[in-house]
Amino acid sequence: MTEFNSHSATVAEMQESPRSEHWNRPAHIEPSGDGELLEVAMGPHHPSTHGVFRMDVALDGERVIRLRPVFGYLHRNHEKIAEGVSYLASMPYTDRLDYICPITNNWAYALAVEKLTGQAVPERAEYLRVILGELTRFQNHASSIGFLIQEMGASGTPLMYAFREREKILDLFEKLTGARMMVNYMRFGGCRVDASPAWMNVARKTVAGLTEFADEFERLLTSNEILMARTQGVGILKPELAVNAGVTGPMLRASGVNYDIRKVDNYGIYDRFDFRVPLGDHGDVYDRFMIRTLEMRESIKILQQALKDIPDGPIMDPKAKIRGFRPKPGEAYGRIEAPKGELGFYLISDGGPSPYRYRIRPPSLINLTILEDMCLGQNVADVVLIFGSVDIVLGEVDR
Amino acid sequence: MKTVEEIKAAIEAAVPGAGVEIVSNPSPSAQHSLRLAPGQAFAVAKFLRDDADLALDFLSNATGIDWPDKEFGEKVQVTHRISKPVDGPGRKKTQIVEEVVEETRIRVEPGWLEAVYHLYSVAKRHGPVVLRMRTINRTDQVELPSLTPIWRSAEFQEREIFDLYGIVFTGHPDLRRLLMWDEFKDHPMRRDYREPDDFEYEPTAHDDVLNRTLEHHAAIAGQEEAGAGE
Repeated sequence: MTEFNSHSATVAEMQESPRSEHWNRPAHIEPSGDGELLEVAMGPHHPSTHGVFRMDVALDGERVIRLRPVFGYLHRNHEKIAEGVSYLASMPYTDRLDYICPITNNWAYALAVEKLTGQAVPERAEYLRVILGELTRFQNHASSIGFLIQEMGASGTPLMYAFREREKILDLFEKLTGARMMVNYMRFGGCRVDASPAWMNVARKTVAGLTEFADEFERLLTSNEILMARTQGVGILKPELAVNAGVTGPMLRASGVNYDIRKVDNYGIYDRFDFRVPLGDHGDVYDRFMIRTLEMRESIKILQQALKDIPDGPIMDPKAKIRGFRPKPGEAYGRIEAPKGELGFYLISDGGPSPYRYRIRPPSLINLTILEDMCLGQNVADVVLIFGSVDIVLGEVDR
Repeated sequence: MKTVEEIKAAIEAAVPGAGVEIVSNPSPSAQHSLRLAPGQAFAVAKFLRDDADLALDFLSNATGIDWPDKEFGEKVQVTHRISKPVDGPGRKKTQIVEEVVEETRIRVEPGWLEAVYHLYSVAKRHGPVVLRMRTINRTDQVELPSLTPIWRSAEFQEREIFDLYGIVFTGHPDLRRLLMWDEFKDHPMRRDYREPDDFEYEPTAHDDVLNRTLEHHAAIAGQEEAGAGE
C-alpha cells in the first residue's frame, strides 16, 4: 500500500460528502481497518465503459467508498448546432445520439415537432414506425445483454449470438432506408420511404426467427449459475429512489415501478397492440437482465401484430410542409419510450426556420444519476456489472 | 389531470404569496406553463411533489433557455437650438431658432435566463406540468433555487444548465461543470457566445471561421514581429 500513499485519503475524509440526507444514501460503510483508500480512475479508456466515460472510484480494499462519474469526453454541443440549422437538418444528426437505436431517436424528434405543429401522421407510417421501433428495441436489448455478459467474463459467445441477430435486423434497416445505422428515416408527418411487399416478407421471416433466438438466448443464460451468482443482489435500486432520480426504461421497471410510456402516453398507435409490461421484484442487476429478456418477447408480440395489421396507404401526410418549414411560435415537449428510457425533445419555436431552443432529454445521462448509490459498498468488480446494467451510449450522454 | 388554472389555485391556497403566473403556449401542443417566483419556488415545488392529488413525483426534464438583451429602435422628438441666418444670405445677421428633429434612439431591455422543468406523475400517470423560473438578468444576478433536494433527477441536469447557461443554483449539493472542463470560462449555449480565439489549425475553414483564422494568424505574425524588434 505504501506506494499509493500520496493518492490516498482516510475513510473519514472521503465520507464527508456534500450531499443532503434526503437522498437516502446508504448507511455508513464500515472501514476495513487500515484506514487507507485507493483512488482509481476507471476510464476514459476502460473497456467496460462502452466509450469514453470516466468513473473516479475511491476504494477501501475491494469496496467502493465513493464514485464520481465524469462526463463530456464526447461532447459536441448538438443542441447549439441544431439552433443554427433548419428543423429537418437535425434529423440525421439525431441518429448519432444513441447510435445503437437511431430509429427511436428519429421518432422522438419527429413526435416533438409534430406536437409543435399539430401535424397528423398517416396510419401506414405509424405502423412502419412501430415495426422499426420495436425491431430497434429488440436489437438494443439483445446486444446490451450481450455486453453485460461479456463484462462478466463470458468473452464473446453470448455477444456474438446477439450480434448475429442484430445484423439480421440491421440488414432490414439497410434494405429499407439505405443505411444500417444512420437511417435518417422519419419525417415530420410520416416516413421517408415506403416498405415494399418483398421487404414485408423478409421482415416477417426475420421476426419469426427472433422467437427462436429468444428461446435460445434464454436457455443459454437465464438459469446460468454464474450469471445468477454474479448478478443477484448486486446494485440494488429502490423504487422510491428510482422515481425520484428520474430513472426510466428497463431500469425503472426492474425496480418494480409500472411506468412504460408506450402505455402511459399511448403515443402513436400503441393502444392497438396487446402487450404486457414486465416488472422486477428486487431491482438488482439480474432483474434488469430479466426485464430486457422479457421485453424482447413483448417486442416480438407487437411486431407480429403490426406486421399482420399494417394497412396500405400513404406514408406521408399530403398536407405536411417540407420546404420553408416554419412552425408558429410556441413550444412542445414530446417523449417516447426509447429502449434506454424516456427520450424527450423540448422545442421552442420563435416562428423562424430553425428552433429557438432544441433540448434533448437523454435517458442515458439521467439514468446515471444513481450510479454512485448503486455502487457504494459493492466490490469494484461489480461496478463494471452495475454500470453495464444501466445500458448507456456515450453519444447520448455527452451529446 | 387538473388544468393549469386549477393547479395555480391549488398552489396559491397551499403556499401563501406564491406569486405564480400562467404562461400560455399558443402552439397546438397546448402545454401551458407556470412561472414561479424564485423566492417561493422551493416551497411550491415541495407542495407539487407531496400533494395527494397532483403527486408530481417524477421530474422528467430540466433545461435552460437564454433570452438575450433586446434592443428597440425608438423614434424620439428632440428639440435642437440652431443658429440660422435671417433675411437671406446677403445679411450676416443670425438668429437662434428652435427646431424639432426626429431621432432614433436605441433602448436596451435587459434579458434573462430561464430554467424550465417538466414534471410528470408516476403514481397518477399524468403530466406534463411545466414550471419556469427567471433570473433577474444575465450577468450578475443569475441565482435560482435548486430543485435537486426535491427531485434528484435535477442533479445532473442543473449542473448542465450551470455549465452551458451559467445559472447558479443555490442549494445544489454539487454544482460543478458537467460537460465542459472545469477551467473553461464561458457558457457555450448562450446566444451571444463566441468561441475562444485559440485555434492554431482549422481543417475546413470557411465563412466567418476563415476570417477569424486569418485574423488569428495575422495577430500571431504581429506579435512575432514585435518580439523580433525588441
